[in-house]
Amino acid sequence: MNDIITYVTSYLGSDLTPGMAGNWFWATVYILLIFVGVSVGVIAMNWLERKILAHMQVRLGPMRVGPHGLLQPIADALKLLLKEDIIPAEADRVVFWVAPFVVVLAAFTVFIVVPFGPTYAVTDMNIGILFMLGVSSLSVLGIVTAGWASNSHYPLIGALRSSAQMVSYEIAMGLAVVSALLMTSLDGQGTLSMIGIVKAQLAEQQWFLFKFFPLGLIAFLIFAIAMVAETNRAPFDLPEAESELTAGFHTEYSGFRWSLFFLAEYAAMMAVSSIAVTLWLGGWLRPFPNALSGPAWDLAFSLVPGIAFLFLGGLCFYGTARMPKHPYFRIQTIGLAGFGALLALIGLVLFLPGPRNLVEDIFWFTAKVAGFMYLYIWYRGTFPRYRFDQLMKVGWKVLLPVGLALLVLTAIVGMRSELWADIHGWGRP
Amino acid sequence: MADSKTLSPLDLDTPDKTYLDANELVINMGPQHPATHGVLRVILRLDGEKVLGLECVIGYLHRGVEKIAENRTYTMFNPYVDRMDYVAAVSNGLGYCEAVEKLLSVEAPPRAQYIRVILTELNRIASHQLWLGTHALDIGAITPLFYTFRDREEILKIFEKYCGARLTTHAFRIGGLQYEAYDGFEKDVKNFVSFVKPKMDEYEELLTTNRIWLERTKGVGVISGKDAIALGVTGPVLRASGVKWDIRKAQPYANYKNFDFEIPIGQNGDTYDRYIVRMAEMRQSLRIIEQAMEGIPEGPIMAKVPKVMKPPVGEVYHSIEAPKGELGYFIVSDGSTQPYRVRVRPPSFVNLQALEVMCRGHLVADVIAVIGTLDIVLGEVDR
Repeated sequence: MNDIITYVTSYLGSDLTPGMAGNWFWATVYILLIFVGVSVGVIAMNWLERKILAHMQVRLGPMRVGPHGLLQPIADALKLLLKEDIIPAEADRVVFWVAPFVVVLAAFTVFIVVPFGPTYAVTDMNIGILFMLGVSSLSVLGIVTAGWASNSHYPLIGALRSSAQMVSYEIAMGLAVVSALLMTSLDGQGTLSMIGIVKAQLAEQQWFLFKFFPLGLIAFLIFAIAMVAETNRAPFDLPEAESELTAGFHTEYSGFRWSLFFLAEYAAMMAVSSIAVTLWLGGWLRPFPNALSGPAWDLAFSLVPGIAFLFLGGLCFYGTARMPKHPYFRIQTIGLAGFGALLALIGLVLFLPGPRNLVEDIFWFTAKVAGFMYLYIWYRGTFPRYRFDQLMKVGWKVLLPVGLALLVLTAIVGMRSELWADIHGWGRP
Repeated sequence: MADSKTLSPLDLDTPDKTYLDANELVINMGPQHPATHGVLRVILRLDGEKVLGLECVIGYLHRGVEKIAENRTYTMFNPYVDRMDYVAAVSNGLGYCEAVEKLLSVEAPPRAQYIRVILTELNRIASHQLWLGTHALDIGAITPLFYTFRDREEILKIFEKYCGARLTTHAFRIGGLQYEAYDGFEKDVKNFVSFVKPKMDEYEELLTTNRIWLERTKGVGVISGKDAIALGVTGPVLRASGVKWDIRKAQPYANYKNFDFEIPIGQNGDTYDRYIVRMAEMRQSLRIIEQAMEGIPEGPIMAKVPKVMKPPVGEVYHSIEAPKGELGYFIVSDGSTQPYRVRVRPPSFVNLQALEVMCRGHLVADVIAVIGTLDIVLGEVDR
């Protein structure tokens, strides 16, 4: 018994990830935490997308299930779970059954190497970024098999579109990633580890977004476009283009299986956003690491999570005050006030030094990912959809050449600064 | 893409050949499909995503409107025409009433004509707004739909106040109007005009210079003016191909000759030009409404028409410029209270013929865009 306790407690205070430290117990705990966290994120994203999109489109969105529709995603999830499980008679049953699991597996496995903080990752692979790109592109396998196994025309076209799209955008994406990796290797200590990449940005006191301006920015933009295409979201949502292919590759899916595709899509969005955040936006690092540095600013920024939660709680209370004063809305009003109180309480707890330090890294990482999620919603509300050939044109004729040129330029500029640093003894951080 | 022009159209009599050729895929788009604007069924023959040929199958919404007319009196049939192009019911009513008036040799009094023009032009804007929203939705922009529906609502409110109905209005009567313009009609219309002008800029901001929108619409579904005339295409589709043909100017009816407005035309005959033409048309409609509001004369709203209508034996064809094109009514009277035959020339039905010419050699996504840009209403196609 003592051994077990020692084994469990031995990891506490370690500055390694549980995977690196070889602690199975904490690795499992982290995996469960990430699984729960990503699922909650998907639920929150579902609600936020519907609300934000609704407000962009001069309507209210879900308002009935729970205060301001807060329980709508849960109601939807229940509905999906309770639905009849339909497998079309002509479908390839086994493949049809397996396909959604492949997609979900690929989307969730990626999170193993995502660093939410210097030690908040399941493990820190030395090929972390390769692992992420590799595993996340496995999901195309699930989509193709789903389209094929449905034995139906629209899913087939959707699957073909999807595979072509994901394969071609992966290249541009890879080039942008390599250009960021070059930036980590300038001190002769290049790394593919996700944690290493953020630590390189910490060492240089600069996000790679601003490094070699504008090269880092361009690489980031290429990645930001490619990742939307990679996750099949608007304006690149051709595989599931509703107006053309009814629902694309998951036309024949319903109920729980469909919800798995849904889950995987949103998890994949978060996964690619985490790559972008890690590579260019400094991962878990707080904003302005160089301009606003010093212990006073550190303290100020560490208070932001608490303030953010207090603000959200305040929004809830504001909503409570604006609720109609009709008995019909009493339960909803109480619910909203309770939710606000919960958020405010979390905010207050986050002002304490202990939780504050524990959560700060995770908060900044999540906030940055949330920014990308907002962009996804914004795109969806604003852009029409590309046509298939135009999509390919953008991928192969624009992003790929720009990515290649960028790679060469980054290498040249990097080498120049290396040489100058060696000759003059300056420029090196 | 050039070679596909020479391919023969879809041959449904020999389906075996199409199925045996592994490169080709035959899919049914519709009648249950999110983007065929109702119950249009399009049989597509595809090579990958490229459209080799297509055939429209219609009739899923056939209600026999023309046959019904033969068993109704002239007055009783009036509400039925609203159910054809149900997004432009007022225009349908105007066409029918004017056709019967021609048959009876009566003319609506000036005041009635002015109110008719205002309501019809409002309806044109409403119809174009619905077209814009759904067309953009088909191309993947989901937001304009909600903006256009928000603004269309204001028009429907005016209709509701005027005649009690929002969609199938039955606003006009043979010989004039049943209802006098309600108190505050002028104010409502003027408010609407000033309300909707900035909103139109809003739609254009979202789409007109949007790169993706340009790529999706420029050069898509091109039809030359010659082809369009040969196929009998009318309305904004014809005008976008550079043919300056608007029945409001060419054969003025109601009292359109009193109003000063322009006919917007395009050059290329592609989907983008049709978009620009319709957007300009909405603004021209506002101009007409503004002019009409200035000059509504006082006077009766109903001409002297017999209680029991028995038009003299004969036939009449009368066409108007509906939002979608030339809407014509051919009515044959045998001297009884019921028409011997009513034939409707619906713009959507005729314009739909151009679908194959416009789509062949394009991609699946373009078929959707072209169906949207033709602005068909299946109620009118099938009648």
